[in-house]
Amino acid sequence: MRHLSPRAAISGIGELTPQRRTEDVATMDMLMRVSAEAIADAGLAPSEVDGLLVGPQVGETPQHVPAAVAEYFGMQPTMANMVDLGGASGPGMIWRAAAAIAAGQCETVLCVLGNHRNPVAPRSPNRNPAREFDTPFGASGANTSYALLMQAHMARYGCKPEDYAALAAGSRANAQFNPAAIFHGAPASVDDVLASPMIASPLHLFEIVMPVAGGEAVIVTTAERAAKGPHRSVHLLGAGEKVTHRAVSQAPDLTSGPLKPSIARALGQAGMDVAQVDFLSFYDCYTIMLAATIEDAGLCAPGKFGQWLRDNGGMGSDARQPINTHGGQLGFGQPDLAGGMTHVVEAVRQIRGDTPGRQIAGCNTALVTGNGATMSEAVALVLGGAS
Amino acid sequence: MNDLAQLKVPGPIYEPLNAHFWQGAADGVLKIQNCVDCGAYVFYPRPICPHCWADALTWVRASGAATLKSFSVIHKPGHPGWAPVAPYVVGLVELAEGPTMLSHILTNARTPTVGATLAFAPTDIGGRVLPCFTLSEEINQ
Ligand SMILES: [Zn+2]
Repeated sequence: MRHLSPRAAISGIGELTPQRRTEDVATMDMLMRVSAEAIADAGLAPSEVDGLLVGPQVGETPQHVPAAVAEYFGMQPTMANMVDLGGASGPGMIWRAAAAIAAGQCETVLCVLGNHRNPVAPRSPNRNPAREFDTPFGASGANTSYALLMQAHMARYGCKPEDYAALAAGSRANAQFNPAAIFHGAPASVDDVLASPMIASPLHLFEIVMPVAGGEAVIVTTAERAAKGPHRSVHLLGAGEKVTHRAVSQAPDLTSGPLKPSIARALGQAGMDVAQVDFLSFYDCYTIMLAATIEDAGLCAPGKFGQWLRDNGGMGSDARQPINTHGGQLGFGQPDLAGGMTHVVEAVRQIRGDTPGRQIAGCNTALVTGNGATMSEAVALVLGGAS
Repeated sequence: MNDLAQLKVPGPIYEPLNAHFWQGAADGVLKIQNCVDCGAYVFYPRPICPHCWADALTWVRASGAATLKSFSVIHKPGHPGWAPVAPYVVGLVELAEGPTMLSHILTNARTPTVGATLAFAPTDIGGRVLPCFTLSEEINQ
């Protein structure tokens, strides 16, 4: 394996346990609690953080988000920005943090996302082409967009409903080994998935993530500094990103997305082939997204993810290439934009060897993906443990 | 289809740039943009051509011929106002001129298939005539 010499590494992680409902908590409170956890995990003091990456906050802080968060945290970072790539925001923060460090603008970056689920979710006025030209026809929300992508995938390749359902069942099975997962204690078989209510054909309820409150935070710093921390350093070995569209009607391709070139770039920078990766931490807002990512990663030919999954021995920590051992978002729950960061946090835990009950033997590398909007905002990362 | 006309659902957001599109549908005509410089047809409306960036877009009447690139039968609508007519069908409509738009698909109780031939069918939804499509009576390929 030929790795580029890593300049940046992940040295700290924090995660709030998913909750279906919250009462009277502000997003800022959750961001601060999860950030404190990540900073402590890295063995650092908050004063040592000099970079800050945050996500959008719909309804709460429409503008000046990094400054508002920094002020709330009592920080005065020398690099602050907002990453607005939907579910790809978390992974998108990791390489931006590394780039800011490489540019000499900061040394230690806090990347944080989180959300509450108070009874009344504030919504900002929405004026974009998807609202203007999809909503009037009865198509609103991500379920419709991913149903359209899935129908096109089925029609083109002849994949069966059971193939997609197996990904939901595998995610639920993995969630049984993660006590924090929202579906811990609630496994679902392929038959259960197919028997769950049809929401937007061909998507069944259990093929769609459960929205939860939660938060995720990650500390990115120099490889040298991470080496002095309390845990095995997790180096950023490669990254790739691409944004192709916003509304599903404008997708250049309905069955393959921008993760394909993003993953190829990330693997290329790492000097690795996808077959060499120990752990696949793939964004999974819907079963179709996970299916398309398995294919876009080059693990199998287009349309063959079902057979690949059977040959892989499922998704668990004992599979040939384990997938989403935390349960994925399909099993763990989706804490809004922080959902994409759960895939980074689980990859760090696996590489540290810190996932009791679901540890992958000899896990040294991970391919992490993030996806936003309508299979249109993509980020891929290759992470590797320090030897 | 009187049910559709009675719906209380979010309608178009009218502005000068998209007026031809929505007003055209109300007049029974499908109108999209065409670039005089590069020849590309454009949907949704833009101030300048997104293909060659020329300030050369004009409004033209589209044929209304289209194929169904994908579809979904919506059982649980994203907006509660649509619940009275669920399940209903929305689809990705590839116009003969090239661009794809999302629209409401009238099926007349038939089962849609990817690749089906569609015809333009302006339809009253919530008191506004919108550019919808219907499964063509012809035998689908
Ligand atoms: Zn042009």
